[in-house]
Amino acid sequence: MPTYPAISPDWPGNLWLHALVIGVFLIAFLMVTVMTYIWIERRGLGRFQARLGPNRAGPLGLLQAFADMIKILTKEDIIPSRADRLLFWLAPVAAFVPVVMVLAVIPLWPGLQLADLNTGVLYILAVSGIGTIGIFLSGYAGNNKYGLIGAMRETAQLMSYELPLMLALLSVVILTGSLSITELVAAQDVPFILVQPLGFVVFFLATLAEINRSPFDLVEADSELASGFNIEYSGMKFALLYVVEYSEAVVASVLVATFFLGGWRGPLLPPVVWLLLKMVLVFFVIIWIRATLPRLRIDQALGFAWKYLLPIALFNLVTTALTAVFLPNLSVWVVAPINILLAAAAMVLGARQFKPGHANYERLEP
Amino acid sequence: MFESFLSVALFLLITLAFAGLMLALPVALRRLKIVPHRPNPAKNATYECGLQTIGRSWVQYNPRYYFYAIMMVALDAMAIVVFPWAVRLKELGTPGLIGAFIFIGIIALGYAYAWRKKVLVWK
Repeated sequence: MPTYPAISPDWPGNLWLHALVIGVFLIAFLMVTVMTYIWIERRGLGRFQARLGPNRAGPLGLLQAFADMIKILTKEDIIPSRADRLLFWLAPVAAFVPVVMVLAVIPLWPGLQLADLNTGVLYILAVSGIGTIGIFLSGYAGNNKYGLIGAMRETAQLMSYELPLMLALLSVVILTGSLSITELVAAQDVPFILVQPLGFVVFFLATLAEINRSPFDLVEADSELASGFNIEYSGMKFALLYVVEYSEAVVASVLVATFFLGGWRGPLLPPVVWLLLKMVLVFFVIIWIRATLPRLRIDQALGFAWKYLLPIALFNLVTTALTAVFLPNLSVWVVAPINILLAAAAMVLGARQFKPGHANYERLEP
Repeated sequence: MFESFLSVALFLLITLAFAGLMLALPVALRRLKIVPHRPNPAKNATYECGLQTIGRSWVQYNPRYYFYAIMMVALDAMAIVVFPWAVRLKELGTPGLIGAFIFIGIIALGYAYAWRKKVLVWK
């Protein structure tokens, strides 16, 4: 079995060089992955809907993203006369930067990471929370009613799904005993999806909502809000917001792969290939969900966070803490089946008490 | 650890520069007369699916999640306080477990009360 050497933490020399080289590399990595994701999504969604998807530009439509880029670069740059010009310019940057910043603590290869923060998990939660402001600003700055409604929905949805996300990560942190992402990956001799099935489900659904993917894409909701928060944007600023959406998908799949699927770990293949495979797998499931489920209403989406995900996330936290304290040396092969059964029971019982469509009827009660 | 945060700060600068470059590119192309620039009032109007825009959008309206926001602050604060406990849980053992469970229990009680009072209903 080939072993791949770890890269030293300040790889090509000193700190400044390290930050510069890895920083530029991370952005390039993100952009290439975003283009691949766009291709996968268009072609995959095409197949799901029994059509071909873009197949004209280049072999299998691989160059479609480049064609779109050229088109968008030559578009006229329109700023609505009523918009808040400064915020209109700033919003795409404010949305883009935090998403990219999350990548700073993700190890792509043993040792290959911009900064091994000892507060990595908290850093991810804190930085990804800032992205909300960028999306909200982009909805607000255009001075458009659809945009504002989309922005308000975004805020409600993101802050609601933040909680199950954090609680699911808390269980992972209990198992690892550290907030550092490197140690989190090192602790996964068995991927945490087996030890933490309920945490995985909660985390996955919550990230789906955080990145505004179907069935939680109320922020864009093409059929209601005419694409919502980015409605007034065109040209390169729209492209940046579009890239933000796919960067969020990339970051979400990286996070799911790192926290629950073992990160770069895996036999035979090079570490980064394993990470990419896991990312694409996660993203495929995201597309699959998008192709399958219809959009929720906003009251259903929030009810799902507060009345379904949050209780089962709390339950998961309590059971994980109890297991970690009272049965610390139990074999994984005993824990995993029990946890999977517990997860199934919690999900079914949670679904029993959760009624998604009753918000309007409850209002009529005295 | 300071060095790690310094490299994160450098990464922030790189990212800002990249985003700025992306936004500056069309401006440069406009100067080079590659990208057209012919604004007119109809083109710059607020888009409302073809209709004339009525009034302004920056109005006060009820976003209907005031209570969610308060609940979120309480539970978020709980999660942040519990994080250090989660890191050291295996060393803290049973006393730490009981202490944290009392704390989480109090917050969960408030959460259950809010649920019972129908605060978690979008209305």
